[in-house]
Amino acid sequence: MTKADLIESVYLTTGFSKKESAAIVEMVFDLMKTTLEQGEKIKIAGFGNFVVKEKASRRGRNPQTGSEIEISARKILTFKPSQVLKSAINEED
Amino acid sequence: MTKSELIEKLSDGHELLNKKEAETVVNLIFDGIEGALSDGDRVEIRGFGSFSVREREAREARNPKSGELVKIPSRRTPFFKTGKELRERVDA
Repeated sequence: MTKADLIESVYLTTGFSKKESAAIVEMVFDLMKTTLEQGEKIKIAGFGNFVVKEKASRRGRNPQTGSEIEISARKILTFKPSQVLKSAINEED
Repeated sequence: MTKSELIEKLSDGHELLNKKEAETVVNLIFDGIEGALSDGDRVEIRGFGSFSVREREAREARNPKSGELVKIPSRRTPFFKTGKELRERVDA
């Protein structure tokens, strides 16, 4: 499934044109990206939480050469699925 | 930001969408992703990330309270990989 499929389902359900449906779906993801970019988390009930975490710098190794390198501090995005989503995925049908 | 705040922002930011329609769209998106994952499909949203299902193998573990050995059956778990654009924006 891609964004195109989501756009199609918005188009079929709402009666907006394909172009409008595309703009609307795009806007949903843009709003989410802007929120996360600011370090704010997103909680979607029944789906899961998107959380930006700060990772401290640490020593790592280049797996190819074996040489030790410093991995700089960074911010990463994590997704924690809700129990509802986890259960839905494990349901037998 | 919660789902209802996302719905509100979507409706405020789009002249064609009232609150009810914005709610429909947001629900379609997350229900759609859930449906695809339930079917074992992968969902790829360019610039945002991809959702997929990973198999966790059955294993034996201990109940930390009682020390009892319990069998955990194999199960499927949702997995999200952040897309390049979002990964870079979050770390900027």
